[in-house]
Amino acid sequence: MKKLFANLIQGIFLISSTVTTLTVLLIVFFLFSEGLSVFNENPLEGDNILAVNKSNTVSTITAAEIKNIFDRKITHWSELGGKKDSIILFTFNDLSSYFTEDELGKNFELLPHKIDSLISAQPGIIAVFSKKQIAADFKGKFIVIPNVNLSEFIQGKEWFPTALPAVQLGALPLILGTLWVSLIAILIALPIGLATAIYMAEVANSRMRNLLKPVIELLAGIPSVVYGFFGLIIIVPMIQNVFNLPVGETALAGSIVLAIMALPTIITVSEDAIRNTPRAMKEASLALGANRWQTITRVVIPYSISGISAAAILGIGRAIGETMAVLMVTGNAAIIPHTILQPVRTIPATIAAELGEAPNGGIHYKALFALGCILFILTLIINLWVEYISRKHKNR
Amino acid sequence: MDYYKRKSITENVAFWSFRVLSFLVIGILFSILGFIIYKGSSVISWEFISEMPKDGMTKGGIYPAIIGTLCLIGGSIIVAFPIGVMSAIYINEYTKHGFFRNFIQLMTSNLAGIPSIVFGLFGMSLFVNQLKFGDSILAGSLTLGLLALPIVIRTTEEALKAVDDSFRQASLALGASKLQTIQRVTLPIALPNILTGLILSIGRVSGETAPILFTVAAYFLPKLPTSIFDQVMALPYHLYVISTSGTNINESRAMAFGTAMVLILIVLILNLTASALRRYLSKKNS
Repeated sequence: MKKLFANLIQGIFLISSTVTTLTVLLIVFFLFSEGLSVFNENPLEGDNILAVNKSNTVSTITAAEIKNIFDRKITHWSELGGKKDSIILFTFNDLSSYFTEDELGKNFELLPHKIDSLISAQPGIIAVFSKKQIAADFKGKFIVIPNVNLSEFIQGKEWFPTALPAVQLGALPLILGTLWVSLIAILIALPIGLATAIYMAEVANSRMRNLLKPVIELLAGIPSVVYGFFGLIIIVPMIQNVFNLPVGETALAGSIVLAIMALPTIITVSEDAIRNTPRAMKEASLALGANRWQTITRVVIPYSISGISAAAILGIGRAIGETMAVLMVTGNAAIIPHTILQPVRTIPATIAAELGEAPNGGIHYKALFALGCILFILTLIINLWVEYISRKHKNR
Repeated sequence: MDYYKRKSITENVAFWSFRVLSFLVIGILFSILGFIIYKGSSVISWEFISEMPKDGMTKGGIYPAIIGTLCLIGGSIIVAFPIGVMSAIYINEYTKHGFFRNFIQLMTSNLAGIPSIVFGLFGMSLFVNQLKFGDSILAGSLTLGLLALPIVIRTTEEALKAVDDSFRQASLALGASKLQTIQRVTLPIALPNILTGLILSIGRVSGETAPILFTVAAYFLPKLPTSIFDQVMALPYHLYVISTSGTNINESRAMAFGTAMVLILIVLILNLTASALRRYLSKKNS
């Protein structure tokens, strides 16, 4: 009876220990099943359809080309490999400039026929209209728009997930924005963090160490939204004044806030690594006449370099995944960054800002989950990399 | 200048710059804390923490957000604490070094590395949509609980590892079973450290915003929750909305400082409790 009870308890412990694994698997499953389904979606919004004159030789147009057509950046069919005709746009908004109310009938019952005859009359027309408005004897030609695909999603430069008539899902500015902000953050945080770690492990007396330890714990404990608030009130106006910018919400503001947030990770992990240097190695160096500084640069740092690089990588991981602080201070413009004084938009900030407005199960919702997949893969690579480094170190 | 003099000057310059940079880190912390406490202390009053928000969240208090955050802390601890502690006991007391242990530890550290916004996506997809909990305390607590799980596991594991093996062996030698040893010897010794971990994970949960954005947080809700299927306001989300969105950002600035200060105070109190606990423990052991 007692034995049975002990086995039962052990079974419950065993099940508990698998919960983390199960959670990781569930996260992967739900993230990817929602995210990958964006690639079965058509970028054309709602039940709209695109049609052209029958004589038109163009039969497929990509979502990016549609945007350029409707932005008037592509004005001739020849640019799409078709005839020389210039492109005439027709959307529901233009309805009143083509037809009078009488012509359309009271309940728009004549509309399908009118659209049909308009398309037949104009060789250069491209029309967007609802599927319900297709005439029974439609004489035009429908344009095929390819579904969203992976390479376009990753390489596309335009992120307009609610654009009409076709949504633009190019994640490149978001991916580059995320990496850009995180990289600058680490460039700021690494020298400060490393100096503090070396100071704590090798130079400081125990009183300084006892002061620094809780300081770092508190820095790690402050919620990200408070950092964001602090950045918004202090750092953003400061950057605006110093660089004389129209707005202070820039990549630099995000990087500074992220640098502060990454400091505790960098300091604790690299301090651990530095502290693990065998005493005998340090004493051998000192006995040979090297001073403490030479011992640090020639013995301690080379020995703990893998731990220090793990700290830097972990810091980047923290920065890549950080949401709220970045959302509050970077300005969130989905453009490919060229300088650090431009607004940028990161992947987590995009998800946080847009998911609330994206209709459940729609293409926008799925595209945000796909962004989540990219983020997940980035951070997974970083975690496994750090794990690999620290295991290799342990085996030495 | 001879070689030895140059050597010691380099050393001095390097160590002084390290010292300066370390003080910079201390300075950053104190400027954040000082600024928010300085601006926030004039806002904080009994009314501020006990009243509903008024006039488009520019006046009144943050009572519902405090209650909401307390609900979420309670809920996520119920999820994370038992599972986390049992999981750590299993890993540390029942498994030997080897594939299974490495695998579980790898998965735990992977879970810890997943960005909080991804937890938000996951919680929304599974708890809110798939299981149809809707935006609710239940969905938010489950999401936050899973986020806190790796922290609980890691700190409990450390606490158990710190228990000297001679205690276990003595107990086993006296004829106690493994379970009795864990129950009567290992856990009581490790308890203060486990509680420290628990306190730290409460700190983490109380400040997280991204996971609750789409699983529980309400922009404005002038009533208190009555069941676990209700939405709630929460402190971090409240700070986010009143400092970035909404029509009267400037008028609600004071409220934002007050909210930020309450969040900072929570973190400060939890950290102080944890370190007091740790100090008590080390005194007792020595």
